[in-house]
Amino acid sequence: MDNETNKNKSETKLTRRDILKGFGSVPILGIFAYDFWKTKLLSKAKEKALHVNLGINDAPSILPKTTLKKNGQLVRVGIAGVGRRGPYLLKALGLVQKSWYDEHVKLAKQNDQAAIRRLQTFQNQEVLNIQVTGVCDVFDLHADAGLDIAENGIQPNGEPVNFKNVKRFRTFKEMVASPDIDAVIIATPDFHHAEMVIDAVKEGKHVYCEKGLTITEDELEEVYKTVKNSNIVFQLGHQNSKNETFKKAKEIIEKGILGKVTLVETTTNRNTKHGAWVRHLNPDGSLKPGSADSIDWNQWLGNTKKIPFNQEVYYGWPRWFEYDTGLGGQLFSHEIDAVNQILGFGIPKKVVSSGGIYFHKEPRDMPDTFHSVLEFSDREFSVIYSASLANSRFRGRVFMGSDASMVVGNELSVIVNGDSPQFKDKIENGLIDPSIPLYTYPKQIQNIDGITSASEKYYAQRGLIDTSIGGKNLDVTYLHMKEWIEVIQNGGTTGCNIDKAFDDTMSVLMVHNSYVENKPLEWDPIKRKII
Amino acid sequence: MSNKYSTVQTTTLTILRLFVGYHFLYEGVDKLLDPKWTAGSFLFQANWLFQDIFHFIAETPSVLKVIDAMNIYGLILIGLGLILGLCSKTAAYFGALLLLFYYIAIPPFMNYQLFIDKNIIELLALLIIALFNTSEIIGLDRIVKMKRNKNG
Repeated sequence: MDNETNKNKSETKLTRRDILKGFGSVPILGIFAYDFWKTKLLSKAKEKALHVNLGINDAPSILPKTTLKKNGQLVRVGIAGVGRRGPYLLKALGLVQKSWYDEHVKLAKQNDQAAIRRLQTFQNQEVLNIQVTGVCDVFDLHADAGLDIAENGIQPNGEPVNFKNVKRFRTFKEMVASPDIDAVIIATPDFHHAEMVIDAVKEGKHVYCEKGLTITEDELEEVYKTVKNSNIVFQLGHQNSKNETFKKAKEIIEKGILGKVTLVETTTNRNTKHGAWVRHLNPDGSLKPGSADSIDWNQWLGNTKKIPFNQEVYYGWPRWFEYDTGLGGQLFSHEIDAVNQILGFGIPKKVVSSGGIYFHKEPRDMPDTFHSVLEFSDREFSVIYSASLANSRFRGRVFMGSDASMVVGNELSVIVNGDSPQFKDKIENGLIDPSIPLYTYPKQIQNIDGITSASEKYYAQRGLIDTSIGGKNLDVTYLHMKEWIEVIQNGGTTGCNIDKAFDDTMSVLMVHNSYVENKPLEWDPIKRKII
Repeated sequence: MSNKYSTVQTTTLTILRLFVGYHFLYEGVDKLLDPKWTAGSFLFQANWLFQDIFHFIAETPSVLKVIDAMNIYGLILIGLGLILGLCSKTAAYFGALLLLFYYIAIPPFMNYQLFIDKNIIELLALLIIALFNTSEIIGLDRIVKMKRNKNG
């Protein structure tokens, strides 16, 4: 009993030992504060100082102030080709089919994330001061869909257009001759582009033309001369240039962070029938709509060889060189545009291409495996393009310099060479770690999983982070078309004007022709001819 | 003060408590200092039980704001509780509950990973910390308990 009382007494009496043990873990907070400062704040400050030192602007990009004239000139637009790309371009212009809008609102309510993102991207667009007044397509089904969008479409602000005076034109020549049209969008198959651009320019209409601009060198020269000698506003559909990453990439090159860039590797990998332009079948194997009755086949064929109506050709024309420039015009076109946007090197001195039809054995001219080497020897620089339509491994687009490499896609990262002369000191004193990117853009990696910092890397690496959350996502095609409309209204020059379009298209033609002719081709800058 | 554990056991359990507390405090302070941080993107990816509730939170800015604050201050308070040994048992249980939410929101097995991940291991560590409490041996709970005994 006495023992128990003594024990209780000792348990209630606060001794020096109790105080020491009670507060024993408090110093851990001091260690924590130092550790946190060292690992987080100091490394952030170091990174910032390094970026300032290298001249990289860490500030988030801001959308340039719009120069759209609300009460200015209304641009009346006619669209040629409303099959696949056409409706997308109308959406970028600020018009979607009511059924698309209603369906997306419905899906958004059901929490369909992809639909929410598409809808928000559309709603983020400004309403442009345009009116679609003409639609032209050889296929009744597509023309009717185009008319429906132009007359009853929904705008980014959710308001319907309600414009009943849209005209369907049977031919492009009639459309460009119409006094109700100021500008045209050309989204027809590539082999029609040259003639259409020339017809439009002759009628004084502004032109937004999808890539590839032409399928032959002669056509390109004629288009160039015609546009150059006119006052119309021309924009080629190389919308990638409006991606903020490209602007950042250009800035990084200009700061000399990569050192001397001597090689760019750029690629295409996809592995579906659709991706190989086998597009005439529905998923259930049935034929897609269209017949000799509903499609003006003769007009579709234009100046090409007369053949009976063929659904496979109608939907998959890029597969044949009669109608297109293969992977060059379809996919490499965007790649050389990316290289030219960032480096501005223009037309290569020499090109050699090779490849073959190794996998997709249905009728086609277009190879499914294709490679091209472009030498810009006067600039001491090469581009390698490599494409596979039978494998979907992501290979990206890499700019390689003597001090660092830069991967440019929807995201950008700069990785310093371990043996970089420029960064030798910074690597040695630990300011730069070549095993981790020196710079990434956009800075979107957040502490996403609430507790463990390692998983933030895991999700970021898998691309599971949606950049639109909490931010404003915008369609680059919208920005590209908006620029075209702004230049029509205010003057100035477009991002992909006829000079840039000429350089990009000539590079495409060299890449394609080298494959077709099975020999290296050179560019003569004096005669401005492929030799 | 009687100690039912051996010195080695007490030391090991205390170090475990301090380390887990350290991690919680780090995650809380890190988020507090990052103005852009939100649980939104994490909750958007919820793909198992109660995903509708998680998605609702992510999409409703007013609710998300509250959840973000609860998360940040919850992590900090749990971290401080474990390090200082103050209300350590309660802190450990709340910590385990928080980790359970993280786990069921995006369980690793839904992403083709082992069902055991760092969250679930840390959750178990917190249960051990709560069930084999050391804060009354080393920590402020020792003083609180003695004061209480004195007053009681």
